Formats: sequence, C-alpha cells, structure tokens
Amino acid sequence: MSEATAPVDMLEPVEDRGGVAQPLLQVTGLTKHFPVRGDLFSARKTVRAVDNVSFSVLKGETVGIVGESGCGKSTTARLLMHLMKSDAGDVVYDGMQVGRALSLRELRRGMQMVFQDSYASLNPRLTIEESIAFGPKVHGMADQAARKLSHELLGKVGLRPEIFANRYPHEISGGQRQRVNIARALALSPRLVILDEAVSALDKSVEAQVLNLLADLKREFGLTYLFISHDLNVVRYISDRVLVMYLGEVVELGPVDKVWDEPAHPYTRALLAAMPSSDPDNRTKTPPISGDPPNPIDPPSGCRFHTRCPFAEPLCAGATPKLSAVDARGHEAACYMAIPGSGHSRAPGASA
Amino acid sequence: MTNLVEIDHLNIRFTGERTVHAVNDLSLTLGEGEVLGLLGESGSGKSVTLRALMRLLPRQRTQISGSVKVLGNDVLAMSDEELSDFRGQTVSMIFQEPALALDPVYTIGRQIAETVMRHEGKSQTDAMARALEMLEVVRIPSAKRRLGAYPHEMSGGMRQRAMIALALSCKPRILLADEPTTALDATVQIQILLLLRELQRAFGMSVIFVTHDIGVAIEICDRVAVMYAGQIVETGTLSQIVRSPLHPYPRGLLASTTHGARRGERLGTIPGTPPSLDKAPTSCSFAPRCASAEARCSEALPPAVDMGAGRMARCILAERAAIESA
Amino acid sequence: MSAITDAALQAAPSTRARGYWATVGRRITRDKVSMVCAFILLLIFLSALLAPWLGLADPYQGSMIRRLRHVGTPNYPLGTDELGRDMLARLIYGGRLSLIVGILPVILAFVVGTSLGLVAGYAGGRVNTAIMRTVDVFYAFPSVLLAIAISGALGAGIVNSIVSLTIVFVPQITRVAESVTTGVRNMDFVEAARASGAGALTIMRVHILGNVLGPIFVYATGLISVSMILAAGLSFLGLGTKPPEPEWGLMLNTLRTAIYVNPWVAALPGVMIFAVSICFNLLSDGMRSAMDIRN
Repeated sequence: MSEATAPVDMLEPVEDRGGVAQPLLQVTGLTKHFPVRGDLFSARKTVRAVDNVSFSVLKGETVGIVGESGCGKSTTARLLMHLMKSDAGDVVYDGMQVGRALSLRELRRGMQMVFQDSYASLNPRLTIEESIAFGPKVHGMADQAARKLSHELLGKVGLRPEIFANRYPHEISGGQRQRVNIARALALSPRLVILDEAVSALDKSVEAQVLNLLADLKREFGLTYLFISHDLNVVRYISDRVLVMYLGEVVELGPVDKVWDEPAHPYTRALLAAMPSSDPDNRTKTPPISGDPPNPIDPPSGCRFHTRCPFAEPLCAGATPKLSAVDARGHEAACYMAIPGSGHSRAPGASA
Repeated sequence: MTNLVEIDHLNIRFTGERTVHAVNDLSLTLGEGEVLGLLGESGSGKSVTLRALMRLLPRQRTQISGSVKVLGNDVLAMSDEELSDFRGQTVSMIFQEPALALDPVYTIGRQIAETVMRHEGKSQTDAMARALEMLEVVRIPSAKRRLGAYPHEMSGGMRQRAMIALALSCKPRILLADEPTTALDATVQIQILLLLRELQRAFGMSVIFVTHDIGVAIEICDRVAVMYAGQIVETGTLSQIVRSPLHPYPRGLLASTTHGARRGERLGTIPGTPPSLDKAPTSCSFAPRCASAEARCSEALPPAVDMGAGRMARCILAERAAIESA
Repeated sequence: MSAITDAALQAAPSTRARGYWATVGRRITRDKVSMVCAFILLLIFLSALLAPWLGLADPYQGSMIRRLRHVGTPNYPLGTDELGRDMLARLIYGGRLSLIVGILPVILAFVVGTSLGLVAGYAGGRVNTAIMRTVDVFYAFPSVLLAIAISGALGAGIVNSIVSLTIVFVPQITRVAESVTTGVRNMDFVEAARASGAGALTIMRVHILGNVLGPIFVYATGLISVSMILAAGLSFLGLGTKPPEPEWGLMLNTLRTAIYVNPWVAALPGVMIFAVSICFNLLSDGMRSAMDIRN
C-alpha cells in the first residue's frame, strides 16, 4: 500500500457508553480553595476560587461559561482537566467516575483543552508537527504514524502541512497558532474539548475564521464543547446552554437564548447591560454596576453578589441561595428573587 | 474651525533586523472637542501613529517622514526640552496597561502631584490638592485615603482610573488613548468608557482613541478612521462607518462580527491574513483578500477619495460611488 | 478553504524553518566581540592541545644561569622563569592544566546541578524544599572559603581541586536551574503536555530540558572564569597543582618574588588567566544576547 493512500491511524476515541441520554460530563460540588499565606500578624486567608460548582454537559452540545476576572472559570477548567487537585467534588465522564471507574490516563483521551495564550501553549523548541505528535506518541503511537496524523490534522484545521509542519511557533501568526493548538487537542481523539478563552486574544476577523473552524470540526468529529469566554456575543453565537459564574459560584445557567433574553440573576443582568452598545444613536447612558469585581479572597457571606446588588435584602447576607429552577426547561438561578417563598420581597408568591 | 492635530503624509519605518513599514502615507485631522477613533486590528499601525504624536517611538530604529502638527507646533522638529514640556501638558496619553504609566514605588498622590509641579510650577500642597481633586473627578472611592496608596494596592479598574487622573492632571488639550479598556472586564470597561466620555465633555478635550473593538468605538467616538496595513482606508462619522462603510475591509469586519449572528450559521470572514509590512505598499494592501478586487487594485495604489464633510475612502469602489452621486 | 486563503497562506514567510539553535548560532557569528573572543580561546585551546608538536622548549628544563631573562631574549621569546625555564613553553603547557581545572569542574557541576535543579523545579513542594535548602547550606559559604576548606580536607593535587571546585559550583548552578525550571514549568505548553497524559520524566525530557539549557549554559560559561581564578588561587596557596607542573596559578605563586626583578615575566601567567576569563565572560554575554530572541 503506497504512503499516499494508506489510511491515517487515529487513536480510537473513548467508547461511548450510556448513549445520548447520558451526559458526557457531570460535575457535582466541585470546590477548590487556595490558602493565602498571611503575614505573621494577620489571620490566614483563603481564596475560594471555585465553590460547590455543579453542572452537566450533554453529548454534542456546546456549553458556554461566562464571568469576569476572579469568577473561577479558568480554575474550573483546570479542575475538570485534573491539572489541579480539587478539594471536593466529583467529575463523572460518560457515567464513569474519574479516579475510580475511569483512570486519569483514560480521561486524558476523552477530554482535551485549548488555552488562551496561543504562544505560551506551544513549546518554542518543538516544530509544529512535533508538538501535535507528542500526545499520540505518549499514548503509544509510533513516531511515523504520529507524524502522519499531525499532517492530517493540520490539513483539517486549514493549515497546509507542507508549509506548516516544520515551522516553529514564533514563525506563524496568532490565529495560525491557535489552529495548531486545536489540532493538538484533537490528536488524542477526545470527545469533549474545553476551550478556555481560546479566541479571546485573536483579532476579530481571525476569531470569525476560528469559530467557523470550530463549528466544522464539531460536526466532523462529533465533538462536545465547553466554551469559556468573557465575550458575551461569542458565547451567545456558539453555545446551546450557558453558565454564569461569579466569585467561584454558578449564579445562573440555562439555554443561552433564555438567559440572554430573560436573565433571572441581577449579576447576569448587569453583565448583559455592560456590553457596549451596537447602535450609535443609542449609546449606554449609565453603567449597570459600579466598582470592580471583588477579590475572591474572603468573599462576602451568603449571596456573594449582595454587596453590589441593587435588590439586596438582609436575608441575602445570610445563607447562600441555591440554584433553583426558574422555568421547566433548565433555566436556573441562584437568587432569592427567583426562589418562591424564600422571604425576599420580590420572590414569586411573596406577600406584598 | 482650526484643527488641533494635523498629520500629513506620515510615513514611519522601523529598521533593524527586519524593516517594517508600520505607517504609510497617513493623513488625519482632529478638530476641537471631538473624539476620533482609530479602529484597526493588530499590525494596522494604530498604536504606532499614536505614539508618533508624542514622539514616543525608539529613536534609533525609527525613520519618520511627513508632518505632524499639534496646535500648530511641528512635533517632529521639537527639541527634547520642548517635548518634555509638551508631553503631559498639551498632550497626554493613557495606555492599555496601567502598570506602564504608574511607577510602582511611588504613591498615586505623589505621582500626580509631581506632574502638576513639573508642568505648572505649583507648590507641593497645591499639587496634592489638585491630585485629590483629580482622584475625585475620576470617581475613585475614598479618594483622600487613596492618595497614599501604591499602584499594586489597587484593583485593575481603579488603577486605570488613577492613570486617567494622572494623564488629565494638567488639563491637557488633547488626550491620546491606546486601547485603555481592552484588558478590563466588561462591567469595568463600560464604567471607564462612560467616565472618559464625561471627562471629555467636562474638560473640553479632543481625544484620539485607538481600539480594535467596534462596540467600544460606538460608545465613545464621534468620528472613526479605519486603519489597515499602516494606512487609513476609510474615515467618516461613527454612524457612517458603522452603518454604511464603503471600503471592503470595514465591511468585512462588520460582517464577521458575532453580535447578532445566528447560531449555526457560518460567520462571514475575511479570508487570508494581513500583509507583512516589509515593503512600502505600491498597490492596494487589501486587494489579496478583497472579494471585489479588480486588476487595477494590484497595479497601483488606490485613490484616496474625498467625499466631503470628512468622509474619505481609499478604494476604487468609493471613486465610483462618488462619481455616481456627483 | 477558498483559493484566496491558500494564496494568502502561501504568502506567509517562505523562509525555511530555522531551528532555535541555528538562529542563535547565526546571531552569535554576527557579533564581532564574541567572534574575536571565540578566536582567541580557540588559539589558546589549540596551542594547549598541540603543545608537544609546536617545537617548544622543554618546560621542565631549567638553567640557573638563564634565570628571569626578559621578554624578547633570543631563544626565549617570553623570557624565563625563576628556575630558568622557558616561559612560552611553560605558559602553553600550563594552559593544559589550567584549562582543564577551569572547565572540567564547570562541566561536572553543570550536569549535576542541572539534574538537581530540574527535579527540584519540576517536582515542587517537599522535594524542592529538601533539595534547595540543602543547596542553600553550601551556598552560605563564600566560594573561595569553601574551595579552600574542601581542598584542605582532601589534600593538594589536581584531581582534588577539580572535586572541590565542582562541589562549590553545583549549588550555584542548581539554583539557576531550579529557578528557570520553575518558570518554564508553569507555562501553558507544559500544562498541555500534562493534559495529554505524559509522565513527569517525559515532560522533563521533551519540554523542559530544551527550554532551560540555554540560560543555565550561559550562567555556567560565566563560571569558567571564576573556576580558573579559584583554581589559580588554590594552586597559589599550595592546595592545587604541585610543582614542577606548569599551571598558571602555581606560576603566579612561584614568580611572586620575582616581581621586583622582572615584573613583565612575573605578570604573564596572570595575563593568561585574565585573557581566558575575559573571553569566556564576553562570549557568555554574547550567547545571552543571541539567545534572547523575541521574534
């Protein structure tokens, strides 16, 4: 069989168990706290980077995660990838609990990540081809086969292998590097790809190209995406469902159109209102919220948003509101205003 | 109405290991009290143009030709002393990263006071009073206490406000803003943009605002100049550029935005990548990526078509549109 | 992909991919100072290597009559030392021992130090603390003192000098290696490698080593001059090479008293030490600049 027609070995994707109904990823109670070494005289503080985060990702969907700095979205991504040990919580991949039924090594085959900084994500001493082939070789693929695979993947992400395979990261542009990162993530044939601000550092015109590419690849390889971004327009365009995070907690989640059109949590409303206007005759008049996103060190008690919330009442500083259903189709919010009978004056069913 | 800034046929070339023609035959004007946006992607030359206005480019590697006049003064011919007076007092700049402008070893109050003392010769007490006034103007909470704060003790948004206070402390006529909100969170970004808008009106400044984000331009600019490969390819009012651009590049940019795009539909894209700037352009720099390109586009430089009232486009399509409407 | 994209991609820099080290090599060959230093060092190396075949006088053959002849004496172009031995021969032969005792400890320390530093930097936590705090103990001693103490304990001789100097340099190189490794270890591409399931050893070999060797190498080259001077110092104190072996440091010692009689000749071994030290330092600087490519 000549080289040209020999089929390219791809690693077998992790087998699908459980079928369509079973979520590909089920996250429960994910928690990560970082101790901050105080000086000799002040008490030890904790950065509560991720607190009790739970959500699921269905097969074939794109779930967006939005939030500002300090909200914990990047930490969540790293916890899911098990690049960091979590303090509490379970991650279940296609019905198998990570660490028990599913080993870390097998998880790596099933889930991969594309990082924000396209330049820092690639080893400056390796050629593009070597960077992409590294993963498969770690999992046992022969050198030649891995190289052929990397050429094939370069083609799939729109980069001609003849030109790019032997280049070094500093010789190509940001958009091209990000395509390489995507090819690298696909080299292990994962079913879930986490994109951590993967297009945020790109120019808008390049971003559009990469978003189109991501859509094509999703179709071709049957992928599921977890798309982390601060850009609300991109998240609306690409996601089916969205999670809004604030100071380490999920404050709202649901189908993206519903959340965008009828946000239930005051923070989501502020975030959406903070988007720059798209109409020159109708510019923003007042900022929806004042002050900076607070530090996740020693966050406020109870609902973490209550210090900046225009609707805050005394009970909000008490216990943290749990994510509760706003409607029957998966829209949930962690706000007392959405929980019937919570005691908040604006809650449904509250007496006037 | 006299123009505060007049740039004529500006060319900037960086030499060294590689030659980069960063800015090619650029001309623009800035009127009294207006906010001009320089919209472009990375490599378009927008930041370089801004820095040329204050002569902040590395002296050895840079070759500048053309004329840059601010308030009638030729910036390119200024001596170091004149430049030192000029910067901070007539023209001031705010940056994307406040760490670039704020010295980490001095308190905010001290830095602002120092600038005021340098440019206006005021005493330390008067300068500190002005510093306090500026911090209040930029809405830093507990301004009095913050006078004694160091940059690292403040959050990102507050540092940005402090930098704005520093830049405006001597009431400059012209403010240059180099993507000051790009690194900020959305909720902070909108606060800073509104603050800048308010301060611009209050102080009567003219502003040149560099950005790559059309939404940001919409919030703050009156006029917009779109840059590509070191040239201005189109100028016009905000409405004109955002609603009915003539040049295929801004048209392509607007078509490729995710705002309002339908899920599942492909985004319009501008194929290809920007040109490398190692030679001065002899034909339209955008032609290789342009869907409406014709033979003429790759043979000669496109004409800079002036359509009156500040509207300009470097494109044969504009030429045709101008002829038709004539 | 449309034809336009392909054409645009074709228009991307068509230079053949150049490896990092090749680029560094190219940049350094363009640096005049580095090239001059490299040339001088090459001369000294070659002369030391080819000493037996250069038609020199016998470096051990002395003559009481011809003691401390001046530079330029016929038959003795660089004069003679205090025992009448030809200086030129002794300097060139001396180069052999001096260079060995200057470079070998650095090479050994480089290997040991880089390994320790790599492990400490990558592992972090308790392993890091264990290694680095041990290193700190050695670091607390001034190098000269430490070298003298160890040499004194082991006894005089070239081999002991080399051992002693290696021990002095290992902590310094370990420190640099650990700090650079920590920097690289936190970069996204290492995270990506961990995310692909690679083990620690593979990651260290493929991703970390290549990226840290540069800075450590530059630091180590700077240590060569220190090593030569320390070795010369040890010989000077009688803790290194034993007479009548020619070695620059030892020669400085024995010619010490001749400084009033024939200062030029007495200074010559010092000039050699100085020349080699400076050249290595400048070359090291040149390497650092050449490696600092931010494309």
